[in-house]
Amino acid sequence: MLRYALRRLAIFPLLLFLIYGTAVLLIMAAPGEGLESGERELPIEVLAQKRHAYNYDQPWWQRYFWTWPKRLFWDGDLPAHQYEDWTVVEILRSALPVSLQLGLLALCFAVLLGLSGGILAVAFRGRWLAHVSVALCLIGVSLPTFVIGAVLLIVFGLWLGVFPIGGWGQPMQAVLPAVTLALPYAAYIARLTRAALLDTYAEDFIRAARAKGLSEVRLLLEHALPHALLPVLSYLGPAAAAIFTGSFVVEKVFSVPGMGTHVVESIHNRDQSLILATVMVYALLLAGFNLLVDLLYGVIDPRIRIGARAS
Amino acid sequence: MNCAASAWQRFTHHRPALFGGALVLGLLLACLLSLRWSPEAMRRQKLAEARQPPCWRYPLGTDDLGRSLLWRMLYGGAVSLSLGLLSATVALVIGTSYGAVAGYVGGRCDEVMMRLVDILYALPYLLLVMLFTVSIGAWLENWRPIGRETARVVVLTLAIGGVSWLTLARVVRGQVLSLREQPFIEAARALGLPTRLILWRHVLPNLVGPIIVFATLTVPQAILQESFLSFLGVGVQPPLATWGSLAADGVRMLNPVRFDWWLVVFPCGALALTLLALNFLGDGLREVFDVRPER
Repeated sequence: MLRYALRRLAIFPLLLFLIYGTAVLLIMAAPGEGLESGERELPIEVLAQKRHAYNYDQPWWQRYFWTWPKRLFWDGDLPAHQYEDWTVVEILRSALPVSLQLGLLALCFAVLLGLSGGILAVAFRGRWLAHVSVALCLIGVSLPTFVIGAVLLIVFGLWLGVFPIGGWGQPMQAVLPAVTLALPYAAYIARLTRAALLDTYAEDFIRAARAKGLSEVRLLLEHALPHALLPVLSYLGPAAAAIFTGSFVVEKVFSVPGMGTHVVESIHNRDQSLILATVMVYALLLAGFNLLVDLLYGVIDPRIRIGARAS
Repeated sequence: MNCAASAWQRFTHHRPALFGGALVLGLLLACLLSLRWSPEAMRRQKLAEARQPPCWRYPLGTDDLGRSLLWRMLYGGAVSLSLGLLSATVALVIGTSYGAVAGYVGGRCDEVMMRLVDILYALPYLLLVMLFTVSIGAWLENWRPIGRETARVVVLTLAIGGVSWLTLARVVRGQVLSLREQPFIEAARALGLPTRLILWRHVLPNLVGPIIVFATLTVPQAILQESFLSFLGVGVQPPLATWGSLAADGVRMLNPVRFDWWLVVFPCGALALTLLALNFLGDGLREVFDVRPER
């Protein structure tokens, strides 16, 4: 287990470097340096000044692989191209926490809603509550989040007036965006849970427990559920990746001041410094999260300690 | 009864799958057959008749430039569906070959290839797809033979297909691992058949089931991905439309003062219906192909 963890940690920097390399490659493939602002042609001196400020007078490998990372992490004064008075660090510091809070909240919602949906579908199998849960799951996976978001916004924000229709800062303002973001993943988790629970019910130990006279509730929650948690856990990695980046869409619907607008704008304007920083932040975040899930997986299920399987 | 016939019978007995398949086929046919007229009809603007609710002349209403939503949806459907099908094909080719090689070669090679897949699972995809679309798109748009608009669709297809092959690679590898130990593969190896031929002639035909199932489930995912990109403004470019971009435009035009419901309801309805049908079809096919060895 420890060896496996160490090996995963060892390839971590290599992975980040690969992602960074890919991002640099993609950025260099796009024409322009993102300095030409608007229609007006900049005077030569101004452009030269700007190029110097953003280190474009250096060769590319020095710029992307030494000066920019150093200015970003060490000096913290790497400027963004479009908001010239802001450094990349300042932008990340103001917007990233918002996106992360939204993402984490949505992840929690997805797991809670998904697990309870799956459990309900199994506990009441054959009755209407189960059908409702299955139907909701299907709707959840087949509508884009921005549509679900708009509908929730109109129903709960405008007609019923229960939740505020946008913005960020109060707990109430986070509910609708987080639920919207969570729904498709909750639906998928519910499906996974349901299938896993039904599989477990066919096993011998469940029949044994039932024969001993255990109540259905305890049977479900104490004996079947722990088994059904494994596929859910292994889905958490990809789900986190999709939720954290999917929050860009939801942020736009609910006008949440997170990373969404910055990401889209920076990519549109070829704001190279901001793009690279965002890609790296998200890569770090998601790869770290995935590592955590994999390690947890090994801890929870002793049968599939990956080190043991490999040898 | 032979295998194909019994599979077909199981498929026709699975109501939701049959229904889903028929619906998708019908929509696809309608969209493709109307391509004869829709490219011009979807661009025809009448500003005087902007934002008309559904009426006799415009069965689905008009948008803010007075273009018929029906034509735009027929055309958008053709783009959406073909984008979904093509990116599923891209994912299919990459995923199958990757998984088959990893599973068949096995050992250290398999270990490394699957670790790589594990790692790729955790990439910020939406970000990379956007970056890819804009960078490569800017470069491709200047390439004369295909127009600006087509270039964007091609890039989107490649980008979405290029990130959705991971699950298939895992599934195919698992299947190949179990196939590799079977006597008929061993016989082929003993006869001295080259690896390439064993994979192509003997392993691949046994993988058709999972591959088809995966493909049907990837198409709706790709269509959804495209709609997100359109909503963020990185998808197909304005004169062109997809169901996703139409829905995104409709949602963007929603406000408390003007409630142009038809601009949201119809594109979303088409999108949801197609995705539901494809998901039903995929689930049904999964049951059809999920044949355990003879009991």
